[in-house]
Amino acid sequence: MPTIYIDKKPYEVPAGKNLLEVCLSLGFDLPYFCWHPALGSVGACRQCAVKVFKDQEDTKGRLVMSCMETVKDGLYASVGDKAAKDFRAQIIEWLMTNHPHDCPVCDEGGSCHLQDMTVMTGHDYRRYHFKKRTYRNQYLGPLVHHEMNRCIQCYRCVRFYRDYAGGKDLDVFSAHNHVYFGREKDGVLQSPFSGNLVEVCPTGVFTDKTLKTHYTRKWDLTTAPSVCPHCSLGCNIIAGERYGALRNIVNRFNGEVNGYFLCDRGRYGYEFVNSPNRITQPLLRGRTVEAVDEGVLMEEVRNLLTRSQGVRSPGVVESQGMGSPAVGAPAPRTRLVGIGSPRASVESNFALMQLVGKENFYQGVTEDDAYLARRIVEVLASGTVHSASLKDIGSADAVLILGEDVWNTAPVMVLAVRQSVQNTAAAQAAQQLSLPVWNDLAIRQFVQDKKGFLANCTVAPSPLDEISGCTVHAAPDTIARLGFAIAHLLRPSLPEVAGLGEEEASKAATIARALESAKKPVVISGVSCCSDASIRAAYDIAAALDKADRPACIAYVLPECNSMGLAMMGAASVEAVVGAKGGGPAAVRGSEPDLTAIILENDLYRVLPEARADAFFDRCQKVIVLESLNNRTTAKADVLIPAATFAEGDGTFVNNEGRAQRFFQVFIPAIGPIRESWKWLRKIRSLLTAAANGHEPHPDQLLVELERSLPQFAGISGAAPSQDFRIHGEAIAREPHRYSGRTAMLANLSVSEPGPGQDGDSPLSFTMEGYQGIPPSPLIPFFWAPGWNSVQSVNKYQQEPGGPLRGGDPGRRLFEKRTALGEGDGKAAPGEGDWKVAPGEEDWKAAPGEGDWKVAPGGEDIFFKDIPEAFTVRQQKWLLLPDHLVFGSGELSVYTKALRELSPQPYVAISHNDALQLAAADGAVIRLITDQQEYPLPVKIIEGMSDGMVMVPAGLPEMPAMSWGAWVDLKMQTQEP
Amino acid sequence: MERPLTQYIRPPGQPPLTLREYEMKGGYAAVRKALAGISPEGVQQAVKDSGLKGRGGAGFNTGMKWSFVPMGKDASGTKYLIANADEMEPGTFKDRMLVEGNPHQLIEGMILAAYAIQATISYVFLRWAYRYAAQLLKNSIQEAYSAGYLGKNILGSGYSLDMYLHTGVGRYMCGEETALLNALEGKRATPRSKPPFPQVSGLFGKPTIVNNVETLCCIPHIVNNGAAWFKSLSLSEDEGGTKIYGVSGKVKIPGAWELPMGVTMRELIEEHAGGMQDGFGLKGVLPGGASTDFLTSDHLDIKMDFKSISSAGSRLGTGTMVVLDDATCPVGFVHNLQHFFAQESCGWCTPCREGLPWVERILLSIEKGNGTEEDLRLLEMHTQLLGPGNTFCALAPGAMEPLQSALKYFKADFDDHIKEKKCPYSHADHLYR
Repeated sequence: MPTIYIDKKPYEVPAGKNLLEVCLSLGFDLPYFCWHPALGSVGACRQCAVKVFKDQEDTKGRLVMSCMETVKDGLYASVGDKAAKDFRAQIIEWLMTNHPHDCPVCDEGGSCHLQDMTVMTGHDYRRYHFKKRTYRNQYLGPLVHHEMNRCIQCYRCVRFYRDYAGGKDLDVFSAHNHVYFGREKDGVLQSPFSGNLVEVCPTGVFTDKTLKTHYTRKWDLTTAPSVCPHCSLGCNIIAGERYGALRNIVNRFNGEVNGYFLCDRGRYGYEFVNSPNRITQPLLRGRTVEAVDEGVLMEEVRNLLTRSQGVRSPGVVESQGMGSPAVGAPAPRTRLVGIGSPRASVESNFALMQLVGKENFYQGVTEDDAYLARRIVEVLASGTVHSASLKDIGSADAVLILGEDVWNTAPVMVLAVRQSVQNTAAAQAAQQLSLPVWNDLAIRQFVQDKKGFLANCTVAPSPLDEISGCTVHAAPDTIARLGFAIAHLLRPSLPEVAGLGEEEASKAATIARALESAKKPVVISGVSCCSDASIRAAYDIAAALDKADRPACIAYVLPECNSMGLAMMGAASVEAVVGAKGGGPAAVRGSEPDLTAIILENDLYRVLPEARADAFFDRCQKVIVLESLNNRTTAKADVLIPAATFAEGDGTFVNNEGRAQRFFQVFIPAIGPIRESWKWLRKIRSLLTAAANGHEPHPDQLLVELERSLPQFAGISGAAPSQDFRIHGEAIAREPHRYSGRTAMLANLSVSEPGPGQDGDSPLSFTMEGYQGIPPSPLIPFFWAPGWNSVQSVNKYQQEPGGPLRGGDPGRRLFEKRTALGEGDGKAAPGEGDWKVAPGEEDWKAAPGEGDWKVAPGGEDIFFKDIPEAFTVRQQKWLLLPDHLVFGSGELSVYTKALRELSPQPYVAISHNDALQLAAADGAVIRLITDQQEYPLPVKIIEGMSDGMVMVPAGLPEMPAMSWGAWVDLKMQTQEP
Repeated sequence: MERPLTQYIRPPGQPPLTLREYEMKGGYAAVRKALAGISPEGVQQAVKDSGLKGRGGAGFNTGMKWSFVPMGKDASGTKYLIANADEMEPGTFKDRMLVEGNPHQLIEGMILAAYAIQATISYVFLRWAYRYAAQLLKNSIQEAYSAGYLGKNILGSGYSLDMYLHTGVGRYMCGEETALLNALEGKRATPRSKPPFPQVSGLFGKPTIVNNVETLCCIPHIVNNGAAWFKSLSLSEDEGGTKIYGVSGKVKIPGAWELPMGVTMRELIEEHAGGMQDGFGLKGVLPGGASTDFLTSDHLDIKMDFKSISSAGSRLGTGTMVVLDDATCPVGFVHNLQHFFAQESCGWCTPCREGLPWVERILLSIEKGNGTEEDLRLLEMHTQLLGPGNTFCALAPGAMEPLQSALKYFKADFDDHIKEKKCPYSHADHLYR
């Protein structure tokens, strides 16, 4: 490691970094604007100037921009040099010549990087006394507000939007001090990553437009570390509340997962928490709202359940741990079943399983979905290939996407894929030019259009196609066959795909060659095209590629935030209790009079076709629903229990990588007994076991029980420090010390200050009292450091700028690749729970995370060999496939008005040829006939889509659940049926 | 006296030599000679030995510049040769004269330069306003293609070169070679960071040489007559050749002339430009365009070559001088220059983008009689802080050169403005209306 001298003191620093990064790592407060750890250096703002000296004797030195200076052994630099300090202050004065100084009315005021840097440089008096230039602002859509006069021209917005995220409609216009950052004309920003501009912008040019409608100063927010509930990636977020409403979501850095960025669904999809459609109090069918309080509810539930199961002896339940019907208990007169949910936490699903018994617990997803997820769990649990984190994908040098519509189902994964493609080319360029990779401008000019390898194989064209070297649009089975062909090329002992077309064969060869010559190949697949064959083929490819010196990675995308956690529980699908598709006699109400169902945070009408869901509810004697928002399922409830959303509760989601991540309650809801479902379920269970001693369990206890009863979850309790974790005896404060108005904010209602809420479930406190330093990484409620009031303060929480958080990035991987010895490869994130805060302070040790669950045998045998038949177009029949949409498909995110505005109306997407054949013009109404239902919908012709398939938007609120993978009829409106 | 560059330029109003006429006068002989028997390295060496220094203003040895281009086995893929004809320096019109006067000379120079670095694609990056030049170049390039001097396998030598004309949109920045490259790629004309230098990573990330028009026009003559001959044309040591010098301002005969490198300023102004107009005295001179330091009548006997002008505290720049007379307000004169530079800042780096407009406004304020002592301190500060290294490229440091020397030589004028609270020069009346 080179030794450098800063202000005459020696420091050992990592080679190849730039001086700015190094100074920040060492704790120097050096101001900057245009540099960003994820975007690299361009030397535009000139803010990070320092002096560099020829040698020890040189006293004159010269000014350099530290972001452009590579550290070398024996470098003499000065941060405190007067000329350097004066120059840095002067840069601010220059920037301020046109800045409007409107901090009091600016959304960023008080959490603004420009303010921080201004104070840091010491600039205080502006000598410019001429007119300022002014701009016209633009309408950029419902998500991002534009206020160009505040702009200091750091160019970060366009560098993020265009270079990093691949957007096209935001650009820089004009020149000299009229430089303008915006769109060619007013209009909605097209990139699903536009919300990141809010955090990338060092001042208030781009601000969160949804926050504006219920604005709060950022230091007045009560915040907690949370996990995004809107897809399976589990991006880490910080959610903020004031006055009982969730106000905003900002990124929470996790180097292994989302890094610095979120997608707009994740950032803006929070408004469902504040929805008037929320269920805020318990309801019993046939009773007035006023008549039901918690006591009445519990009494009713006890009556219902004792009738269905009989009171069980607490001793037996305790010893069995799983709450299966106790031996010797009175024979149950009714059957109690529980239907879990892929969007409910691991804790809640497990609490339901405990309550109803393992054999009565069903995954709240269709058999098809459960089957696909089961396949994925099998593959990852086998430990033969490494389950890729987003960081792994970003650092891959060849990526194959097999069948997954990543753009719409896992947007932030797109950023990782883009990083892979760009970094691969950048790394080559850096080597050829002998320049560091952070020298962004120089590297980009050399790289031009060169890209790392990406093969994107999807059903319909995707925006990712433009950066892929090899693109395939075909039916799911055709894509899977291509995958098996690649696997065969990589490992000839695997079966050959019969009847492969010439073009497919050549594409398979291209892809196989690229993957084979890569040092770190990644294969991505998932459930979005409903094909288990592509999931299997993806595995075969990854396993065939995997070698000791060249570890291959695999990543699967799942539908919901806890799909993985639910699938890992290994329960049967909801169809096992509802009755299989089309199978069995039509249920008649009363035919099975003893069925009582508890439905956990799941709208069955989004899972099953309407008729089947109706039939199921008809069969149920009583329906108990735990839910946060009213929907068609809650309308069927006899007992409706208000469940907490992610913002009002604690829990754990297991993301697509198999990473268990804890989210923490942000606030205590002002109205109604809203609680986490697991808390309700445990309370109900205590009624039955007669162990109601008033003691409520906390999540840690639940997770330990989970580990004991389902060993595949071993290690999950180590995802975050337990509820009794303290630093210097203090809990971690959810509110920053700058929080204002605590004693006054409710004074209009009552002059006596309400006492602070107590949190028995986590090591966080609901007030500003508590530890304000840097907590263990899973417990960071907000980023703040002295002098760093903006999100840029994340630098202070990292081991080095852009690097992992101190003590390791949060989350606990539940799947690890096994080496030949059958051991984990030791890559388990935060190694052995090393949440060291500072020497001498309390350490927190996680339970050892040695997952020992092996479903499928390792070695050669694991390869899948059943290759599907080639897809063939059928006469007058179309294969029904889901079209996932970033904005629209999410059940909860569409509650955000702005996102609802951006989601399309339902349509029927068909190929150009099929449209011709059906004589259907774009926009013409066509009838889609499936499950004996007819849906008249407008036609959307998709160029590049294969014939014989039809895609319908998945999950739109106005669309029913569909039988994906079924063969359906299409008829033009005018034709006779 | 030999005038190789301008010898075949006809008087104004007459069309330049056609390809046929140019050949009759010995045109394209250098291309024939080089392609028939001189290696690319040989051409490079001859140019290096000739002491030809870049005529765009930087004054770097041209052969040396070429030598950084990867050659032979190190080189893979396309290389580019670009003629910088984006002549936007205020007061400068020498390249226009060369292009309009004899376009084939430029094309021949480009072919030789491209051959020397083994480039296969070449561009002329022409200032948008030079419409006549654009038309001439277009025709001449076509003629050269037809005659087999451009295209595949030139004159059976196995060497191929394509040439394209690109007209800019009128940005001073494009004169900066890396900003020119960005503009040519269709991107914003912002400068690039160096290293890497264009010789390694230039246009489209490939090895590229950007040379000034005048520089390229010298090449055929060096190849024809040899380095020693070229050197002998000059009155200066180490700086070979003739130079197109220009004079503008209140002189009797403003214009441009090809003279031996190293004539004195006095000879240029008094003999060639006919001296100052009656009633006007010489107050100062920008020797090489708007971005060079003022020199005064004390410096008139200095040789107009890179080394001598530089030791007098200014730069030869493009060698086309602007004369400041004693009836023109120096504050207004400098304000006019700063207006130009502030306007032409690309907006990439803070000091240039925000500093130059401030300077411009202060100067206007002083000119209008609203200036203060504080303003002078602010101007002084800008001349120091907008220096080389503090800004991303040389635009702002260049802009500061006339300002810092004006503050040095014409301080009394600035003081008078501030004391009298008005411009002491009569022509400035419009400012107060």
